[in-house]
Amino acid sequence: MTDLPTMLPEGQHRQPRRIGRRQFLAGAAVTAGLGVAALVEQPWHAWSGAGAPSAGGPLVLVTMYGGNDGLNTVIPVDDPAYHAARPTLGYQADQTLPLPDGLALNGKLTGLKRLWDAGQLAIVRGVGYPDSSLSHFESMDIWQTANPPDGSGTGWLGRWLDATGTDPMRAISVGSTLPPALRGERSAASAVVADTVTIGGNPAFQTALASLTGAGPDRGTLAATVARSGNDLLAVRRDLDRLHTGRAAPTAPAGAPRDLTGQLGVVADLIRAGAPTRVYQVSLSSFDTHSDERADQERLLAELDAGLSSFLTSLHGTAHGAGTVVATYSEFGRRPAENASGGTDHGTAAPLFVAGPTVKGGQFYGDQPSLSRLDPNGNLVFTVDFRSVYATLLDRVVGVDPSAFLGGRYPTLDLV
Amino acid sequence: MDQTRSDIALLYRRAGFGALPAELDVLATGGYPAAVEGLLAGTGTAPDGPGDALAVPVFAPYVRSTAGRGTPAALAAARARNAQLRTELAALQSWWLDRMIVTATPLREKLTLLWHGHFATGVSKVRDAGLMYKQNQLFRTAGAGSFETLTQAVAKDGAMMLWLDTDTDKAAHPNENFARELMELFTLGIGNYTQADVTAAARSFTGWTFDRVTGQFRLQARQHDTGSKTFLGRTGDLGGEDVISIIVGQPASARFVAAGLWSHLAYPVTPSDPVVTDLVAAYGSGFDLTAQLRAIFLHPAFRSPTTRAGLVKQPIEYLVGAARSLGLDSRLQPAGTAGSTPAGIAPATSAGSAAGAPHAGPTLATLATSLAQTPFDPPNVGGWPQNAYWLNSATALARLRVATQLARRADLSAVADAPVAQRPGVVAGLLGIDGWGPTTLGALAQAAPGPEALVTLALTAPEYVLN
Repeated sequence: MTDLPTMLPEGQHRQPRRIGRRQFLAGAAVTAGLGVAALVEQPWHAWSGAGAPSAGGPLVLVTMYGGNDGLNTVIPVDDPAYHAARPTLGYQADQTLPLPDGLALNGKLTGLKRLWDAGQLAIVRGVGYPDSSLSHFESMDIWQTANPPDGSGTGWLGRWLDATGTDPMRAISVGSTLPPALRGERSAASAVVADTVTIGGNPAFQTALASLTGAGPDRGTLAATVARSGNDLLAVRRDLDRLHTGRAAPTAPAGAPRDLTGQLGVVADLIRAGAPTRVYQVSLSSFDTHSDERADQERLLAELDAGLSSFLTSLHGTAHGAGTVVATYSEFGRRPAENASGGTDHGTAAPLFVAGPTVKGGQFYGDQPSLSRLDPNGNLVFTVDFRSVYATLLDRVVGVDPSAFLGGRYPTLDLV
Repeated sequence: MDQTRSDIALLYRRAGFGALPAELDVLATGGYPAAVEGLLAGTGTAPDGPGDALAVPVFAPYVRSTAGRGTPAALAAARARNAQLRTELAALQSWWLDRMIVTATPLREKLTLLWHGHFATGVSKVRDAGLMYKQNQLFRTAGAGSFETLTQAVAKDGAMMLWLDTDTDKAAHPNENFARELMELFTLGIGNYTQADVTAAARSFTGWTFDRVTGQFRLQARQHDTGSKTFLGRTGDLGGEDVISIIVGQPASARFVAAGLWSHLAYPVTPSDPVVTDLVAAYGSGFDLTAQLRAIFLHPAFRSPTTRAGLVKQPIEYLVGAARSLGLDSRLQPAGTAGSTPAGIAPATSAGSAAGAPHAGPTLATLATSLAQTPFDPPNVGGWPQNAYWLNSATALARLRVATQLARRADLSAVADAPVAQRPGVVAGLLGIDGWGPTTLGALAQAAPGPEALVTLALTAPEYVLN
């Protein structure tokens, strides 16, 4: 196993620490008595196409379902048009956390404000796309697929997965459903509810299970997808077992973590253990605040703030967490004008957060959309195409050529 | 397996939750068309002996809080309400799952589930189990009549009005939530209306409100926008009922409804699919859902290989079907035992009290949640996506754990009594499917010496996971 380093691609920056871990893991696979098939497929060597570990990362995507109100997240407190549009929902400057340019963070985002002050939080303003859809489902689909010209419906990261092999550890989503962004034509990210997988049953059962989830030429497309999900599960179990070899066995919780802090805790455990994963996904729901927005959004932003702060704090000073980059997104922002239900309707452009030790933070990227030049539906006009953000993350964090996966070239932002 | 029996088994998996072998024996002698008519007869207000015999949970009446906001009394009241909601919801979930298991009118229960996913409403926002029950009853009684009647009733349903904020829609600043989702998800589909139509529809629904105390819909005239609106080409002082009538009369709506039903009963299609053209005539100007369903079940493509390979069981379908086949109830107890009487239905007394506490340990409802489908709590107003949504490494693990629980609690003596070589076939018959493909059969043969391991694996095999 000492020849492992030579298997790294030519010209790839070598990191002795990581190579050591690979040696250790490959050795562990043998001592754990894994079958020949497991040894033939060496997922740890698959990174040349999937993105070099030296590029930074991992990337941690935070999906905010429902359409987060960007105007009450990064708040234009000095703009009279904001207060005119938000007579009851608007925040006064003294209720917020001041940022430059007449903007301020929602008062619940104290942890993010500390990250901003420490230069580890960047805010990209006015992120959206042309002819923005006001439908949750169409707009989320556009964000998740990045709307490739081929109309394939594959996710923007699913196409990266398709292009880089079959190792299910390349991308991991925490929770029991997998967002379309992480599904390709032939490959998909793994979904986990914990950083360990335990499957009971005696050896005969395990053998039969492996046969059941194997490829079968007699199976149609959907049946094959069922089998592949089982096969992915066994591969994830194998890789997680290797990862944890020699460490105290984590106890598997009964179900998926309920809150963002719990989901990010699973991610932090995997990163600290040295998982080769390049992309993680976690999510937070219920941002569709058509009514009683103030209390609901504040609760959600507090959860976001607590989750991101504790996550980045827990990675501080760790060997594998130094390049971690967190990026948030939602399908759209909300209408500037509030409705009579104490809420806001579907909007367009919104700010998003990019945070981490290597992020060029404490500054804005992109222009703040104007509240006095709205589109015909009374919504903000975007200033940064979301695919520029994706291009940046693919280029600077995942370490691959973005144009191959975004169906075109989008300018990158100098934020990592 | 002979073709008629196989076709009826498919029909009962799609139009219900699967037929037991003894039921199939009887149905097969009557033929496929008679099986279709038998299912269609069990809709609307038709009696359902075993389903009606289940005790309906008791829901505490709504009480408007009088405590001042943020006071200790208000916080205590909120905690008590939350505890009561948890108890009532668990009882409601068990009641419905048991009803799906025992029902003599399976199509009606399947349609209730289908409409729950279509007019997807979540208790997480409604926070009232009694209102979720009322909506469930609406789907049950009106789910096979006129689609317009159903939609008009859903629009005035308390849970829906709270869920999509129709309840607080006021003339001055209309809330677009219900208006948009009504057209996009419930009746028309995206591309068949403009943002101007959303705005006009939202104005038409202003003044609609729901009285929590009486449980009745009410029009608040002062909050209703009586101005002229132009909606889908019609102009006038349109009200919410007018908006729904106009929508349902659109040819695009008929195609949308037919495509939605076909997608959940046969295989996913878009409204532009040719098969939809064959279906809309039956629906006609009366928006007749029973005629629509008959056209679906009798369409040649319904019994095609495409249909047979076209759907993954939703977790609720999966669990109810497995519980029926294995003789378990929603508490994972043997059906018909004392433990199977719906428990947890005692009215909640006070917060933290043990009385009325939900059943401890796994239930069919908690297993459904582990498989990502909680009854009465869809992920969002779009309902549950299909097929690939249910297939990933986390649900594969959850399915293994669920299958282990079910196989452990089932009486598998019929499997154990069969010779080892015949056991995979016996399990296929027990589970109501035609058989196993060679790959699955090879795997199951390895596990056949242990009936529990065999049934666990069979429940996770592609042939069973597909519907």
